[in-house]
Amino acid sequence: MKSRKNDLADAPVKFAKGVDDRFQAATPLRALLNKVFPDHWSFLLGEIALFSFIVLLLSGVFLTLFFDPSMKEVAYDGEYLGLRGTMMSAAYESSLHLSFEVRGGLFMRQMHHWAALLFMASIIVHMARVFFTGAFRKPREINWVIGVLLFLLGFFAGFTGYSLPDDGLSGTGLRIASAIMLALPVVGTWISAAVFGGEFPGELIIGRFYIAHVLLIPGILLALISVHLGIVFKQKHTQWPGPMRTNTNVVGERMFPRYAMKQGGFFMAVFGVIALMAGMFQINPIWLFGPYRASEVSSASQPDFYVMFMDGLVRLMPNWQIYIPIGNGYSLPPMFWPAVVGLGALFTLPMAYPWLEARKLKDNRTHNLLERPRDNPERVGIGMMALTFFIVATISGSNDVIADKFHISLNAMTWAGRIGLLILPPLAYYISVRICLGLQQHDRQVLAHGVETGIIKRLPNGAFVEVHQPLGPVDDHGHPIPLEYAGWVVPKKMNRLGALAPAVKGFFFPVEKPADVPVSPAPIGSEKREEIKSGR
Amino acid sequence: MTTTHHADQTGAEPVDVLDPHLTRFDIVKEGLRRDDIEIVTYESQFHGQNSKAEKRVVRNISLLFVIAGIAGLAFLVFYIVWPWEWELGHTLSDYYTPILGITLGISLLSLGFGILAWAKKLLPHELSIQQRHGEPSSDEDRLITGQTMMFVADELGVQRRPLLKGAIGLGLAPLGLAAAAPLVGGLIENPHKGEHPMMYTTGFHPSNNGGKPVRLIRDDGTPIRPDDVSAGGQMTVYPGIPHGTTNQHADSPTLLIHLRADDAAETRKNAEEDKNGRNVGSMWGNYVAYSKICTHAGCPASLYEQQTNRLLCPCHQSQFLITDNAQPVFGPATRRLPMLPLTVDEEGFFVAASDFKDTVGPDFWERP
Repeated sequence: MKSRKNDLADAPVKFAKGVDDRFQAATPLRALLNKVFPDHWSFLLGEIALFSFIVLLLSGVFLTLFFDPSMKEVAYDGEYLGLRGTMMSAAYESSLHLSFEVRGGLFMRQMHHWAALLFMASIIVHMARVFFTGAFRKPREINWVIGVLLFLLGFFAGFTGYSLPDDGLSGTGLRIASAIMLALPVVGTWISAAVFGGEFPGELIIGRFYIAHVLLIPGILLALISVHLGIVFKQKHTQWPGPMRTNTNVVGERMFPRYAMKQGGFFMAVFGVIALMAGMFQINPIWLFGPYRASEVSSASQPDFYVMFMDGLVRLMPNWQIYIPIGNGYSLPPMFWPAVVGLGALFTLPMAYPWLEARKLKDNRTHNLLERPRDNPERVGIGMMALTFFIVATISGSNDVIADKFHISLNAMTWAGRIGLLILPPLAYYISVRICLGLQQHDRQVLAHGVETGIIKRLPNGAFVEVHQPLGPVDDHGHPIPLEYAGWVVPKKMNRLGALAPAVKGFFFPVEKPADVPVSPAPIGSEKREEIKSGR
Repeated sequence: MTTTHHADQTGAEPVDVLDPHLTRFDIVKEGLRRDDIEIVTYESQFHGQNSKAEKRVVRNISLLFVIAGIAGLAFLVFYIVWPWEWELGHTLSDYYTPILGITLGISLLSLGFGILAWAKKLLPHELSIQQRHGEPSSDEDRLITGQTMMFVADELGVQRRPLLKGAIGLGLAPLGLAAAAPLVGGLIENPHKGEHPMMYTTGFHPSNNGGKPVRLIRDDGTPIRPDDVSAGGQMTVYPGIPHGTTNQHADSPTLLIHLRADDAAETRKNAEEDKNGRNVGSMWGNYVAYSKICTHAGCPASLYEQQTNRLLCPCHQSQFLITDNAQPVFGPATRRLPMLPLTVDEEGFFVAASDFKDTVGPDFWERP
C-alpha cells in the first residue's frame, strides 16, 4: 500500500523525466520560463490584433457551418417577413438564415465583424506605435515588412469577408472591385474575366472569395503572424531607455508567471469587449440592404473603415483620363491612379521606409532601445503626413454622409477633400516637426535649469525670478550643473519629484508614479511620501 | 567553461544546485544566472503574510471571479430560455443578442480583470535584467558556414559541368510552366470572344431576342407604354428577355426619363450638336433612356435630381447632365452615360431600336 501512494506522488517527476529523456525539454523550457520581457502599455497594442485574430478564427469556423457560398437563385422563405418571396442568391439566404434562424447566430456574425474591425484598427495603431518610436530600425526591418504585409492581408481578408453575404452593399463593393481590375492597363478585362469567371458578376465569385477568405488568406495570415511573433521572440522586444536599460539588455519581468498572466487577462478583456460590442452594437444589418441587384444602390454606400481610405481616394480623383491614340485607341481610366498606383504605393513605400531612413541617417547600428518621437522630428513629421493623408482620404470615403448630416454641399466636400489631401499633409509635417523641436528644447531647458517650482522670488534689486528646483548637483554658486539628456522622460513638475503624493488612491492610481529620485533639498512632506509608499 | 562566462555577465557566483541547504528560490536564481538573467529586485507588495491589504486584494479578485462565473451562468440560462426566434414588431426576441453580449462581455471582462489584478496586485514586484546576446555569429563561424555552402555547390559540381547547367535551364524550365499552366489556364476567360463580346453588348442587343428589337420592361417583367411615365418622372427599365431583370444582365439596367418639353428640346439640340453624333435620333418624343451603370465604377447612377436634371452616382458622386448627352459634370467619371436608342413597337410598347452605341459600364484599356 505504501509503495502505491509513493508512486502517485512521484508520478509528475517520473513523467517529467520521461519527457526530458525523449525530447531534452528541460534546458529550453527553463530558458522559456525565464525569458525576460520589457513592459510598457504601448507594447500591448499588437496583442489586441493577435487576440482579435484568435476570436476571428473561432467565430469564423462557426459561421462556415451555416454559410452556403453559392450564387444559385432561390426564393426567400425564411422568418424575416420583409424579404419573403424575394429572389436572392443562396449565399444571401444562408446569411439571413444564420442571422434569424440560428440560435445566437446573429451574435456570432456580429462578433466576427467587430473582431475584424478591431483587428484592423489595432494593427493601424500598433504600426503607428512601431513607426513613431523607431522600433522598425535594424535589426527589425523584416518584421516591419511582415507587419505591413499583415495589414495588406487583413485588408483583403476583410474585403473578401464582407463580400460573402452577397447583400446589396457587398455586391456594390464587388462591382467597384471589378471596375478597379478593369482599370489595369492591357490586362484589365482579362483579369476581371478570370476573377469573375466571365462577365460581372457571374456565378462563381462568391465561391472563389469564400475559399480565399476561409483558407488561403487566413492560412497566410496565420503563417505570417507566427513568423512575426517568432522574430519578436528571437530578437527580444525593444525597450524604452531608462535606468539600467542598455542596448544589450532587457529590463523587465520574467515571462512566467506575471507577464503570461497579464497576457491571459488582457486576452479575456479584449474578448469581453468584442462580446459586448457584438451584442450591443448592430453591425452590417444585411437584411436591410436586400439582395444585390445591379440596378439598385442606396446612398451612404460605404465599405468597412479600413477600405474607406481607398474609396475616398477614388472619390477625390479628378476625372483625368489618358487616351492613347494608337489603332482603335486605348485609355487609362482615372480609377487606375488611386486604386492601383495609390494602393501599390501605400504598401510598398512603408515597406521600404526602414532602409530609406537608415540610408539617409547613415545609420547601420543595431537599435534595441526605442526613440522618443520628439527625438526624431523628421520621422514624426513623415508619419503624421502619412496619417493625415490616410485620415483625409478616410473622411472623404464618407463625404456623402457628412454632406447629408451637416447640410454641406456634396461638391464642396469633394473639393475640400481634394485640397485637403494636398495641403494638410505638409502642414501636419511642419506642425509636428515644430512641436517635436519645442518639446526637445523644453527637455533641455529643464535639464539645464531645473524644474519650475511656481515660487516667485524678489531680488534685492527689485527683479522677480522664479525659483527652479535643480534635477542634479549644483555648482559653488548654487546654479545647477546641466545634465545630459538620456532619451527618456524628464520630470517637469514638482510632484514628479515627490513634492506631492499622487492624488488618487486605491484601485485606480495614476499609471505614472512619481519617480523615486532623491531630491535635494528635501521638499516639505517627504516623510509623508515615505509613509504612502510603504502603505501600498 | 560556460559557467564562468555566465558569471562574468551577471556578476553572480555559480552554486551547487544539489546542495540541500538551498531554498527553491536559490535554485530558481541559479537557473536565471545560467540564462544570463539577474533579478535586481524581488519583493512582495505587502508587509508580511496575510496582511490586511493582501486579504482585501484577494477578496476583490475572488469577487471578480465569482462575477465572471455568475455572468457566464446567466449567459447560458438566457441563451437557453430567452425567446430568440425573430418575430415581427417589438418583441422580447429583440433583446436576445444584446443580452448575450452583455452577459458574455461582463463574464469575460471580470475574468480578465481578475487575472490582471492577480498578476499586478498579488504577485511580487520584480525587476530582472537579461542580456540580449544579439551579437552576430563570429567571423570564424561565418567563414565556416560560407565555405560549407560553397562546398555543397562544389559537390554538386554544376560549375564544372556546363551541360548539366544547360539541361537544368532549358530542359526543366518547361516543367515549371507546366505546373503553373493548369492553375492559371483554367481561370482564363477571353473577354472578347464571340460575335457579341460581353464587354460591348448588353441585354438590349437584338441577338438576345431572335434578332427582333428588345422591349423595355419593368422590374416585374411588364412592358412599358409612353403614358406609364409622367412628365418629369423616371423609371428603371430592363431588357425584355429571359433573366433580363437579374444579375445575369448586370450591365443592362437603364433609366427611362420622361423630360419636360423644354428640357427635351434642349436635350435633342445637344444630341444633334454633339461632335460624334451617336445620340442623334435616339430619343423618342420627350423620352430619353440612359444606361444606369456608371461609367466610373459601375454602380447604378440612380439618384435623379429633377431640379438640375442631373444624375448622381451615390458611390463616388459622379454627376451627369441629362440634358447634355449625360455628360459628366462633376466627380471622377470621364465618360458620358451611353444613351439607349428608343422607339415604340406596333403594340405601343417601348423597345430599344438597337443596343447602346457606346460601351456600357466602367472604362477599360482597350475600349475603342
